[in-house]
Amino acid sequence: MARQPRLRRRPSPDQRKRQVVTPEGVPLPFTIGARGARVLALVLDQVLIVASMAGLSYILFSLARAVNIKTGAGGDAIGQVLVVVWIISMFLFRHIWFLYFELGPRGATPGKRVLGLRVAARDGGRLTTEAVVARNLLRDIELTLPLIFIGSALAQNEDTTFAGWAGAAWFLIFALFPFCNRDALRAGDVVAGTWVVEAGRDRLKAALSTGAGAQGHSALTQTRYTFGEAELSVYGEYELQVLERVLRENREDALVDVAQTICAKIGWNSGNGDERAFLEAYYTQLRARLERGMRFGQRKADKHS
Amino acid sequence: MIARWFGKGAAQDAAVEAAALRSDRFRQARESDWQRLDAIVTAVERGRLRKLSDEDLLALPALYRTAVSSLAIARETSLDAALIAYLEGLARRAWFAVYGPREGLGAWLRRFLLGGWSAAVRALGIDLLIALAVMVLGTVVGWLLVADNPDWYYSLMVMGDDVRVPGASRDALMHTLFGQQNQNGLSMFAAFLFSNNAQVSLFAFALGFAFGLPSILLLIHNTAGLGALLWLYHGQGLTLELVGWLAIHGTTELFAILLAGAAGIHIGRAMVFPGEAPVLVAAAAAGRRAAQVMVGVVLMLVMAALLEGFGRQLVDSTPIRLIIGGTMLALWNAYFFAYRPARARVSG
Repeated sequence: MARQPRLRRRPSPDQRKRQVVTPEGVPLPFTIGARGARVLALVLDQVLIVASMAGLSYILFSLARAVNIKTGAGGDAIGQVLVVVWIISMFLFRHIWFLYFELGPRGATPGKRVLGLRVAARDGGRLTTEAVVARNLLRDIELTLPLIFIGSALAQNEDTTFAGWAGAAWFLIFALFPFCNRDALRAGDVVAGTWVVEAGRDRLKAALSTGAGAQGHSALTQTRYTFGEAELSVYGEYELQVLERVLRENREDALVDVAQTICAKIGWNSGNGDERAFLEAYYTQLRARLERGMRFGQRKADKHS
Repeated sequence: MIARWFGKGAAQDAAVEAAALRSDRFRQARESDWQRLDAIVTAVERGRLRKLSDEDLLALPALYRTAVSSLAIARETSLDAALIAYLEGLARRAWFAVYGPREGLGAWLRRFLLGGWSAAVRALGIDLLIALAVMVLGTVVGWLLVADNPDWYYSLMVMGDDVRVPGASRDALMHTLFGQQNQNGLSMFAAFLFSNNAQVSLFAFALGFAFGLPSILLLIHNTAGLGALLWLYHGQGLTLELVGWLAIHGTTELFAILLAGAAGIHIGRAMVFPGEAPVLVAAAAAGRRAAQVMVGVVLMLVMAALLEGFGRQLVDSTPIRLIIGGTMLALWNAYFFAYRPARARVSG
């Protein structure tokens, strides 16, 4: 993958493409998750965390009230133990949330899943538990620590302006960190050796070269399209890919345009209304010719080469 | 197109025969394997692992390798862009499933507690000694500073209480150490958990990424307060009582701060002396080791909070406090340095 210039305004999907070599030695393409999607995923997760903490607390306290346990300050011993358990679980809840979901088979928190993201190892190897633990522990330092810092300064009536500025600077350094590197890594990703990539899926599209038209038969005119070496040698792989896209999109005007262009180039006349059959036949025979070339180590990138 | 709807049957063989291109025959011959892999991976993505049969789960790695090798072949022999895009997507999704985290939270936690944690602590090596030396140094410096000029006390102790100040009477100081059974342990516990020391630990670790120096300064600053406190109580002949009061939770808490500081120093040292590796790689490797230790530090702080919130209020005698604190210290040391199960190892 070509290196992109360092300074750019808005990363297009192409600039977010990366190649990773799997342990089997085959390069796989990945798309770095967009920064906006990641922020949104984080916000979504935080909302879900707060909601489930509130829900859990409500259920626990309803239960405590149902069995008539005094949970307030100075309540009985069982009540105190319950409150201690509650405080500890709330204290650890955030960590457990991220660890549980990112260590699960789906490798993503609900927020990430909604936005089609997931965590992966940057080197193409296994995503280790230790890496997931590290990247989530660092999140606390990036995000929670400055907030606690400001909060505790407010609570203790200390010099809040200094604490506020220090906390804000701390927060900004880490919040801007993903904008200062190509792979949108936050500090936790750097330490853990991970990155967040898109996890899209697509269906296998039907082969274009196996239909009736591809055999050269035209259902409309009952003729058979067969192209000679000279007529096929004008185009390369790039044009073949454009032709494949046009055939898959299957828009009438585009088909006509492309058929006319090819006819003009090779000196043919496809006849009106039979463009699709003509193009399928041309596509199949061009592909056959180019693939034969590939097997002999001769590739033709486009019509100029 | 037709071949998609059939298994590896006669119909497919016919389609293979009919296909004009060698690359299409390649595709049709393997398509059923890809579809099976696709179905398995989709089930994993949806979190329906239990619905998968054992055969499917066992076949996953082999099918993944088939798909990857198909992709490698297709890139060299086929110009069907849609096919290559599909195989890339399929191989990527299967790669997520095959090379994803192998163990869940529970399994990891078990391994962590049964040896992984102590192995991670031992991996810090010399940094533990550095942190210990820094903490001892900080305490001594705090003591000496305050002994030299009591005004230092106010700059070293950040807490704003009016009782524990230079010139306080023995009785007043005594009262802070004993006879507080009626205090609300719960609020003490909660206050501790979300208070200064938990943050100090996290900061000591986090600041390791600034080449470790701030971690050392933070350790010195915090233990200097300890030294000043010791000096204050020593002046009224209450040293042992104060040590008992501190020890019951302090051996756990100070140990946690020591580990956090050592973790920070570990990262800082890896960045200053990265050896053969690039600085960032060295820092990342050290950070992963240190993160393991920090998970343990969080657990230790929860335990210290329990000891401070309840243990200290319930136990009002110095010898028993010292025994509890000493026992905790011995337990931690045994756990970290003597407990070495053969199976446990720390990776990352």
